[in-house]
Amino acid sequence: MAVTFGRVLDNKTSTRIEREVASAIKRQGSDWKGNTFYTLLLVMLVLTLFILAVLIYGVVADGWDILTGWLPSFLGGTLGSIKAFEGQTLGVQQGLAGSFWIAVFVALLSFPIGIASAIYLEEYAPKNRFSNFIELNIRNLAGVPSVVYGLLGLFLFVEGIPSITGGRTAASAGLTLAILVLPIVIITSQEALRAVPATLKEGSYGVGATRWETVRRQALPYAAPGILTGTLLSMSRAIGEAAPLILVGAITGFLGSNPSIVDPRQLDDAFTAMPILITGWTQNPMPEFRVAAAAAIVVLLVFVLLLNAATIYLRYHFEKKREA
Amino acid sequence: MTPKPKHSTTGTTAESADISSSVDSTAAHLMVAHLTVADLKSSKSRKNRQKAVHAGLALAAMVSVAVSGFIVWSLISEAWTFIVEVEWSQIFNIGWFPRRGIYDVSTLLTATLITTAIAMLIATPLGLGAAIYLSEYARSSTRAFIKPILEILAGIPSVVLGFFALYWVAPEVIGRISDNSTGSLAAAGVGVGILTIPLIASISEDAMTAVPSSLREASTGLGSRKTATTLRIVLPAAISGIVASLIVAVSRAIGETMVVFLAGGAGDTALFTSSPTDSGLTMTAAMASLASGTDNVVGEGLTVQSLYFVGLLLFVFTLLLNLVANRFVSRIQEKY
Amino acid sequence: MNPEARNSNNLVFCAQDLNVYYGEFHALRDVCLDILPNEITAFIGPSGCGKTTLLRCFNRMNDLIPIARVTGSIEYMGVNLYDPGVDAVEVRRRIGMVFQKPNPFPKSIYDNVAYGPRITGMAKRKPALDEIVEISLRKAALFDEVKDRLKNSAMGLSGGQQQRLCIARAIAVNPDVLLMDEPCSALDPIATTRIEELMNELKDDYTIVIVTHNMQQAARISNKTAFFSVDVNLETDTRTGTLIEFGDTEEIFSTPKDSRTENYVTGRFG
Repeated sequence: MAVTFGRVLDNKTSTRIEREVASAIKRQGSDWKGNTFYTLLLVMLVLTLFILAVLIYGVVADGWDILTGWLPSFLGGTLGSIKAFEGQTLGVQQGLAGSFWIAVFVALLSFPIGIASAIYLEEYAPKNRFSNFIELNIRNLAGVPSVVYGLLGLFLFVEGIPSITGGRTAASAGLTLAILVLPIVIITSQEALRAVPATLKEGSYGVGATRWETVRRQALPYAAPGILTGTLLSMSRAIGEAAPLILVGAITGFLGSNPSIVDPRQLDDAFTAMPILITGWTQNPMPEFRVAAAAAIVVLLVFVLLLNAATIYLRYHFEKKREA
Repeated sequence: MTPKPKHSTTGTTAESADISSSVDSTAAHLMVAHLTVADLKSSKSRKNRQKAVHAGLALAAMVSVAVSGFIVWSLISEAWTFIVEVEWSQIFNIGWFPRRGIYDVSTLLTATLITTAIAMLIATPLGLGAAIYLSEYARSSTRAFIKPILEILAGIPSVVLGFFALYWVAPEVIGRISDNSTGSLAAAGVGVGILTIPLIASISEDAMTAVPSSLREASTGLGSRKTATTLRIVLPAAISGIVASLIVAVSRAIGETMVVFLAGGAGDTALFTSSPTDSGLTMTAAMASLASGTDNVVGEGLTVQSLYFVGLLLFVFTLLLNLVANRFVSRIQEKY
Repeated sequence: MNPEARNSNNLVFCAQDLNVYYGEFHALRDVCLDILPNEITAFIGPSGCGKTTLLRCFNRMNDLIPIARVTGSIEYMGVNLYDPGVDAVEVRRRIGMVFQKPNPFPKSIYDNVAYGPRITGMAKRKPALDEIVEISLRKAALFDEVKDRLKNSAMGLSGGQQQRLCIARAIAVNPDVLLMDEPCSALDPIATTRIEELMNELKDDYTIVIVTHNMQQAARISNKTAFFSVDVNLETDTRTGTLIEFGDTEEIFSTPKDSRTENYVTGRFG
């Protein structure tokens, strides 16, 4: 016997009601709209992953001959003609050297200036129209196309102060890219500093610490992983960037000298860099250079992806640690 | 409330102070030292260090302002020469032949428009699809696996996509639907599109994740299916962020250089074309091609200045787009 | 009462016509209040009555909020804290603070206590620093519990231990005054009792001002109590904190002069 709405029902009626309710809350037919939508989303995602897979497969397959045949001499080789390819003296050493020096400039200029700017904006600047203007300015700088930074480098470092930079040199390129990634360093460092708990800073002020002591001993150590993430990200951006280097006059065809990678004398000399090598070889109509370009891409990707992987790892690692 | 409550309070205070000192007059009560202002000053060296640090940090923050100043100054000063000296009949001509003094800007603008449109056609569904899936459907284990992969895609240098667009997209995709299997605006557009997928995905996913889960629960509680909740609740709530992501992507596509330079199929000159399967020069590709090669930026009269003129146009377009996108982003921040 | 009695030598703080504003918002109106040495003074009152705001005026913590503005004066041992020549950093060294939520630094127990002495240059050598750390931890009644793990992270301590560590950290720079902003609100009853016992011991060496939500706590530990309330202006819809009554704790709780105080302490309001 079942009781519904205060009435006593006979067994037959109650079974019928039970059956009706059971069928009502069960899925009626198939939710074809929902299924279609879900499938569509899945297709989009899989397509994206597929493109990435084809891309990786493509460059590895194209560069296979070099990667499996003569990679060591390719890593130590120089820019050159088809003859250099046949003699296996073609290679990326000059590009690696140029990219190395660009990275040095980024590390020495963008990191300190960018982190200092972030500290100023987050911890020191009064919140007024001027600091708002600086913030907006930095956000807009981050969106300026890289080729425009190339024009700036051409105007400022190549044409403007050739007596210091030597004109179309690795120094000009390094300065240009240091400026290019500066907004990225600032924005990511600001985000990291903003995440520092106010209670931590109050505790420091409370025992008589100055602003700088509080920043240096409490805020910076706490924000360090986030800041590191930003600097790694900006570094990977800098060594993958090609367009500004073309504007400041990187060499794609032939480069006379081949100094060792860390020889600082090349700073005031004509230069090339990994992405520029790749550009030059990609543009070369001879099929051999497609192989060389692909092999050089793999070399570049190893560096860039290692930096990115480190960034991703750091972020997830510390996010987990914070939550714990 | 009496207008001057402090009077009565003061009275009470004094009274109680008296009571306490008479009742409980230990020596400590009378031993409060008297200080002067000098006692409450930090040491000179500590103060000087504070000031030096403050000045140094402020100086660093000014660098970015100076950079903006230099960008605007360099673009305008050189572009101005171009605007003043160029013959305007050369601005509307058969194409872009800067070394011969023919600067048909519409050739570049049209090509830029074509590649950007194709890029958005590719990136919008893929990026949004990935974002919706990750934000609304994916289990957290799936997310933890897919997000790093998208970040890897975001980190791939644009030369690599240029290579890919020229040697894989052009022959395998564009070559199958037209008779041009070398470089073309379409191939370049697809390459740029792939580049902007992670950008759209990450900004719009952030916007959707920012939608409070209480809204989703309210919708589910009313008997809506997942699809309805996503399409009618989450997407409208996150719309400013999604629009912002698309605007940022357009800005990025317009400014992207290496993909269109490598896969656009043109040298450093181009005839006007409005066909996506033709080869062509976008604004950025024109700048890169003019500057590349061993002879660098040389040529007749205004060649160098034309570079800055195109650069100025590019700067203005992207700046406007970024400002609009910022507006949309700050709108979500206000809402939640 | 004659004014001399009030401005006599035995005051640690003497607030006169103190007003605090956050931008347009008038947070605290016309406070006049004296704090006597080696006593515990409690600030009680409903939320938003400005008691924490006042506490933060005593060591110029409010300076950290850019829009905060203070008028009137607070004399600290004869010097106006808001005198342009006074350095807020030195003020905070002499007037320590313990916060609502225990906020140890993510460092070792030792480094937490040594932080202040190090930055203020009080102790340069290790033996001197060791001594300061031990004395401070002993005074905070924490030394015996942590003496074997001074190098361990402070984050591993219990909430009550963390709060006592924060007290030790404040003591280490040798302040005259300890300001406590609801120091037990995040703690369980047992940890709360320990902190209250500790405050009773500490008042021999320090002047203590404590903000508390808990009236029983104020009644248990304080010598003086100040009751604050909120003035609501219905026309402008603004809420301003005011000091209603200040006196011996016993009086405030047994024979309050103001009916608002009476309503509050008997639980009829707030």
